[in-house]
Amino acid sequence: MAEFALPKHSKIVKGIDYPFIGETKNSRKVNVYRWSPDDDQNPRIDSYTIDLDECGPMVLDALIKIKQEIDSSLTFRRSCREGICGSCSMNIDGTNTLACLKSIEDVKGDINIYPLPHMDVVKDLVPDLTKAYAQLTSVKPWLQTDTKPEQGKSRKQSPKEREKIDGLWECVLCFSCTTSCPSYWWNGDKYLGPAVLLQAYRWIADSRDENTNERLDDLEDTFKLYRCHTIMNCTKTCPKGLNPAKAIGEIKKLQLERK
Amino acid sequence: MSEYEIIDHEHDVVVVGAGGAGLRATLGMVSGGLKTACITKVFPTRSHTVAAQGGIGAALNNMGENDSWQFHMYDTVKGSDWLGDQDAIEYMCKEAIPSVTELENFGVPFSRTEEGEVYQRPFGGHTLDYGKKMARRACAAADRTGHAILHTLYQQCLKHQAEFFVEYIATDLLMDDNGKCVGVLALCMDDGKIHRFRGHQTVLATGGYGRVYFSCTSAHTCTGDGNAMVLRAGLPLQDMEFVQFHPTGVYGAGVLITEGSRGEGGYLTNSEGERFMERYAPTAKDLASRDVVSRSMTIEINEGRGVGPNKDHIFMHLEHIDPATLHMRLPGISETAKIFCGVDVTKEPIPVLPTVHYNMGGIPTNYHGEVVTRKGSDQNAVVSGLMAIGEAACVSVHGANRLGTNSLLDIVVFGRAAAQRALKTVEKGASHAPLPKHVTDKILARLDKMRHAKGDISVGEIRTSMQNAMQKHAAVFRSNSSMNEGVKKVDTIANSLDGIGIKDRSMIFNTDLVEALELENLMQQAIVTIKSADQRKESRGAHSHEDYPERDDKDWMKHTIMWLNDKNKTKLDYRDVHLNTLTNEVATVPPAARVY
Repeated sequence: MAEFALPKHSKIVKGIDYPFIGETKNSRKVNVYRWSPDDDQNPRIDSYTIDLDECGPMVLDALIKIKQEIDSSLTFRRSCREGICGSCSMNIDGTNTLACLKSIEDVKGDINIYPLPHMDVVKDLVPDLTKAYAQLTSVKPWLQTDTKPEQGKSRKQSPKEREKIDGLWECVLCFSCTTSCPSYWWNGDKYLGPAVLLQAYRWIADSRDENTNERLDDLEDTFKLYRCHTIMNCTKTCPKGLNPAKAIGEIKKLQLERK
Repeated sequence: MSEYEIIDHEHDVVVVGAGGAGLRATLGMVSGGLKTACITKVFPTRSHTVAAQGGIGAALNNMGENDSWQFHMYDTVKGSDWLGDQDAIEYMCKEAIPSVTELENFGVPFSRTEEGEVYQRPFGGHTLDYGKKMARRACAAADRTGHAILHTLYQQCLKHQAEFFVEYIATDLLMDDNGKCVGVLALCMDDGKIHRFRGHQTVLATGGYGRVYFSCTSAHTCTGDGNAMVLRAGLPLQDMEFVQFHPTGVYGAGVLITEGSRGEGGYLTNSEGERFMERYAPTAKDLASRDVVSRSMTIEINEGRGVGPNKDHIFMHLEHIDPATLHMRLPGISETAKIFCGVDVTKEPIPVLPTVHYNMGGIPTNYHGEVVTRKGSDQNAVVSGLMAIGEAACVSVHGANRLGTNSLLDIVVFGRAAAQRALKTVEKGASHAPLPKHVTDKILARLDKMRHAKGDISVGEIRTSMQNAMQKHAAVFRSNSSMNEGVKKVDTIANSLDGIGIKDRSMIFNTDLVEALELENLMQQAIVTIKSADQRKESRGAHSHEDYPERDDKDWMKHTIMWLNDKNKTKLDYRDVHLNTLTNEVATVPPAARVY
């Protein structure tokens, strides 16, 4: 039987424990993945015990509290804190989500926080999303038309046509879905992943776009599109409640229909 | 300073910031053939424009109401409490129409009317016929208009292969010995290397500085880095006392509930269940200007008619609106209310409180986006090589109070204007003059000092003290005694920066260092904000002075401009408000009492 083991330098070790100092009736332990490329150390889990009575309701509030009061070297991305910018995507309690939308109350026991899985780590909770962004660019995610709108006028679109892109354009590009997909973990170099395919379908579904055929031609590929095996992790994990799996299904259906 | 590896870049234009203004400018410049670098501290779609909700104002007249840009201009001047420059306001309201149409043509997923046109909703302070009735002028993509616009502009920039430098934080402007801006120095967060960007124009599109306050709707990254760079370059900021409180931030969390929710029929009540806005603004009611509504709410709370166990907030009701309408027009805030206060908007009211939202003040510019300063009697002296757009700039189209929907409009119109100006003034591919060594050295010394700071006060501690002081002393209502105390407090807190210490010594994604640099930026703006507020002895727009409750056009219809030196000492001067219009297509809106 083959033995699988992590390379020596990838093994996660126990890190520093920061106990709570003082009195609290409502403490909680937050375990956070730490790694920086500029020393030769293995990744580690640091544990911070915090007083939830003195903390905002979301996991992001806990991280900010830790950075502000205990360990300012803790590194993560954050910006809007209301689920619209997509910066603070990470793996919390085993699920990819936005830390700003994840309520501490919803986590039972210790709060375990890791970076988005299967991406290179820049530092601590900051993943390298360069490849995902490049894949986004590769589907030409902009309005493509041959005809020109009437000079100085908007293009027309009926409310019914417009409705077809609801649930698509709201994506915040946090890549929680893409990094939850086992198929992407294996073939992330060639499979576009759910977030980017959702974006591709956003333009296919937009009645104003005139390049549907070329878009479908580009996606007609064993890897780019068909590595989706309807595992559905993407839809399950999306912190915005979107359904990338359905969008991918629609693309596959259109491919079949034009054959 | 040999420790730092410096990488040089030469471009025609350097844009700092990739929110709506920065992206619109970058798009215009790249598509016009200028070699443009867009430097941004967050990936473009994470910029705070993404959080704008309700709409973008333009008199497209899609709702069949005979709307016109002249009405829009009148509303904006009145909204500004006559501190806005009327030439710039005329430009913005007129150019709104082609600018927003262009956005649709770029692919923005606007909501639609039955006729297939861009949907428009009512918004605070926007009226028809010079205040007679409310107008439907806010072009909306559900309640996620900023998201729609920001993503579309990024997509257009991708289409035109714009050159982005993502997660680079600009530290300071490169100013040559003649006071000309010749580029910017930035720190690449990914590897800690220093990049020196040379440009014939540097465009600051760095947004507002809401984070000087404890409770704000602004993102953590809204630290006004460009404003602070301008101060350090020896240039003034304008009208910094004017800070907008949005009437409906979620109580506690501070996240935004769009004014569009009142545009769709929502209303406010006090503890007696009274729709109190009818008393304060008989015509516009809940859709009066933001300063008016925020003041009214604060008075209700101060007089004991707040809601909740501590009587310290107000209710906003949407539960009378058809759930289908809420789902179609306000899906985002329905979600926000659920997540951040556990409220089902179809059943219960949302607890809200006036919350810091927008900075009317900033870097003074003309309507082309060129930075101006006062040199002796010349009040409009252009600073060579430097532009500013968006919330960072003070054109001034918002004066003492901005109307809702005019910020998305501002970023798009002036982003576009800056590109058009640069295309006229910058010679493509022109060479860059050598830069004296001391210019870079001075900037690196500041960075190096912060990087090795070993004091015993953390960034978080100093930031919280500053935010609390500003929250208390530069609030919705201000007074001589409170502001005097505030000035002293902020000065003391600013001095504590000398004792700052950071723990992270790494050059890789050092957010400890970045937050320290941002804190220094915030602090400089806090000083200028509270001192600008302290000296304005009148009430106008967002600046409500309890000791001087009236507007005083004779002495105070003028822009404050304030400089800050490296000892944190300020210098004060003024610029005249431009009462002239740009063309004879419209007449000056003469000052009048402001009644809604």
